[in-house]
Amino acid sequence: MVLEVVDATKEFVGVKALDGVSFSVRPGEVHALVGENGAGKSTLIKVLTGVHRPDSGQVLHRGEPVEFHRPLDAQRAGISTIYQEVNLVPLMSVAANLFLGREPRTRFGLVDRARMHAEAAEVLVGYGIHDDVRRPLGTLAVGAQQMVALARAVSADAHVVIMDEPTSSLEPREVETLFSVIERLHERGIAIVYVSHRMDELYRICDRVTVLRDGRHVHTGPLADLPRIELVSLMLGRSVGDIREHGATAFSEEHHAGAEPLLRAEDLTSGRRLAGVSVSIRPGEVVGLAGLLGSGRTETARAIIGALPLDSGTVLLGGKALRGNVGAAVRAGVSLLAEDRKAEGIIPNLSVRENIVLAALPRLSRFGVVSRARQDRVVETFIRRLRIKVSGPEQKVAELSGGNQQKVLLARWLCTQPKVLLLDEPTRGIDVGAKAEVQALIDELARDGLAVLLISSELEELLDGADRLVVLKDGAVVSELVGDRLTRDHVLSAIAAGES
Amino acid sequence: MTAVRVRLRRGIGRGIGRQGAAVALVVMVLVAWLSFPRFGSPDNLRDMALQGSFLAIVALGMTFVIITGGIDLSVGSVYALGGVLAAYGSQWGFVVALVLPLAVCGLIGLLNGVLVARTGMAPFIVTLATLLLARGLLLAITSEGSTTYRIASGSAFLELGRGTVFGFGYPVFLALALCLAGGLVLRRTRFGQSVLATGGAEQSAVLMGLPVARTKVLVYTMSGVLSGFAGAVTAAYLESGVTVIGVGLELDAISVVVIGGTLLTGGAGTVLGTVIGVGLRTVIQNVINQIGTLDSNYQSVVSGAFLLLVVVLQRSLATRAARGT
Repeated sequence: MVLEVVDATKEFVGVKALDGVSFSVRPGEVHALVGENGAGKSTLIKVLTGVHRPDSGQVLHRGEPVEFHRPLDAQRAGISTIYQEVNLVPLMSVAANLFLGREPRTRFGLVDRARMHAEAAEVLVGYGIHDDVRRPLGTLAVGAQQMVALARAVSADAHVVIMDEPTSSLEPREVETLFSVIERLHERGIAIVYVSHRMDELYRICDRVTVLRDGRHVHTGPLADLPRIELVSLMLGRSVGDIREHGATAFSEEHHAGAEPLLRAEDLTSGRRLAGVSVSIRPGEVVGLAGLLGSGRTETARAIIGALPLDSGTVLLGGKALRGNVGAAVRAGVSLLAEDRKAEGIIPNLSVRENIVLAALPRLSRFGVVSRARQDRVVETFIRRLRIKVSGPEQKVAELSGGNQQKVLLARWLCTQPKVLLLDEPTRGIDVGAKAEVQALIDELARDGLAVLLISSELEELLDGADRLVVLKDGAVVSELVGDRLTRDHVLSAIAAGES
Repeated sequence: MTAVRVRLRRGIGRGIGRQGAAVALVVMVLVAWLSFPRFGSPDNLRDMALQGSFLAIVALGMTFVIITGGIDLSVGSVYALGGVLAAYGSQWGFVVALVLPLAVCGLIGLLNGVLVARTGMAPFIVTLATLLLARGLLLAITSEGSTTYRIASGSAFLELGRGTVFGFGYPVFLALALCLAGGLVLRRTRFGQSVLATGGAEQSAVLMGLPVARTKVLVYTMSGVLSGFAGAVTAAYLESGVTVIGVGLELDAISVVVIGGTLLTGGAGTVLGTVIGVGLRTVIQNVINQIGTLDSNYQSVVSGAFLLLVVVLQRSLATRAARGT
């Protein structure tokens, strides 16, 4: 065993994030670590990398008990980590990021830039990056940045590399590069801990799997022997039959859409992001936006609500033009649930109640005074209707799980009584159970007559949830799919064939 | 065709962000040179260089602090304290006159650094407290400012402030040497890279295993030492420890650093930019003096307006970069 955790327990204010978990990694294996959100994966990784110290239990490195007090200790021991979010410095150059903390130096102790640039360029070619290494890292695409993070992690004489959802921001081509890198590491005898939700990836590259649930160890064994449905049931703790019966998503079949489009966005053009996208949504209809990362899905939603400056194009709501500012759009009845909950949505230190009523304050107040009684009524209704799990309306949002935070955000926009709801990745990063609930909720809202635009990078979610799919590529619409043509193959071939 | 134009526009935009102060400096100097015959005289140039050198030393430390994403409000008080301690210490000779202010001011900087790095308190609050602390210490050792320590004429320490080479005062060369060294440290050492990374993305820097806390402690200590040194050199130039100087100096230092292109949010900046910022400020001040009829207070108005312009420009550039156009 190259790295091992024995009987680790870690508690955060009353919640046991890890409860006697043991986990071990063999040299040269690719070990999948899976579980729903809140299962304890992140905490386990943080224990392995010295970010957290376990309350009890031991970390063994090459058979010796070790104590990592900070990330640097683990790195020195040869344990590198790449995180889901790129943890690099965007303003510094690509080369500087690759070498931060271990820059090659000249005889006089100064950083040897020439050598640093040459070596960086050489290393990064192996990761499919041919950009100028002197460019600020932030100017690279997110996928390329992730590759730099990977290169950094691997070049640090690592013999264990921990990857936390490394493909979540990669395009298919980059995923291939990542897998070939993993293959190389595998040959060099480097152990990899691979955290991901994507079954295809797990079965393709992983040798063994460890499943965690509710902070406990559930299963460890070879992945090839384990049927997919078996793995899902281990993660969820639900029986296999139950999953078969209910399917993978919680969407019902169809909605009854009105005849006339409620929202009509025409020829949206913005710099190099959007090149003439047109989308229309009827009341009671869920329109899905499909496409790869960077195809303009998020930008389309942002353009509709007026958060992205347009070079040309119009957005009509019920025949009237929206003026291109967010405030006016919200007042007119358009709401956007943004992709990045942390940055653009929840205010973690405010209570559930405060977060919900934020956008509806103008409607709940008279002469600038907010009626507390009306607030409480609204908040209570939504907590019940969306089945938000809270100890009470005054609980801080930061204490909720990702899925419940998402519901709080959804409640915020619903209590402004919108006519059009733009949902950007509404189920990203929330656990499977909450995901089903959010999906069912989207269904319900459409049935109530809302026009919904659904953006998701999970094809199943789009295929099951949307009545119509608009496929984007390079900022333009390449295909629109309805009815029989609403299949995985059609979407993929539209993306593969579409040229703009 | 459009791609070329976009690239061109972006290049110009980036240039303005980085070299705005330099362009402004060149324009100011040209205008002043043509408008005021006395501006280009050797005497005036020497005066300006000397005036700018004290601020430059203080602003050098501030540059490092701001690049880590912090701020040091204590520099003005520490600068004055350094001057008084140097004058006080000069009675025991050159070494004490130099070491006493550096040690005490360095300790105040160290205190700033430790509090900011280890307790996670806001730099604004910590250094506001030490601003008061240093000013209070100064008043205590000068009996509320009524005692002015003089540096005995003939003391070797006086040379530090009054000596000249080619007519330019020693402080000018000291400031230049320090800024050169500072630039090299920032660009070409691991410590400098660590400073940039700390301000650019602190959490990432921690996860990459960089010594973030140590870096912060060091930059605040540096700022304290440099401010104390600037104070000591000022005392040597003025031949005494003047107690009323340095009030508001922290704001001057912050403004020249920002005008020089260092991001107030941290993560990017250059020592050269700061030097240009100091130059610009000195020239503006000089020009207003040359006009003569203009109240010298207008100098602050002009600096303030220019600072606003720079901050607005930085902001719009950052927004444009984020939009990726």
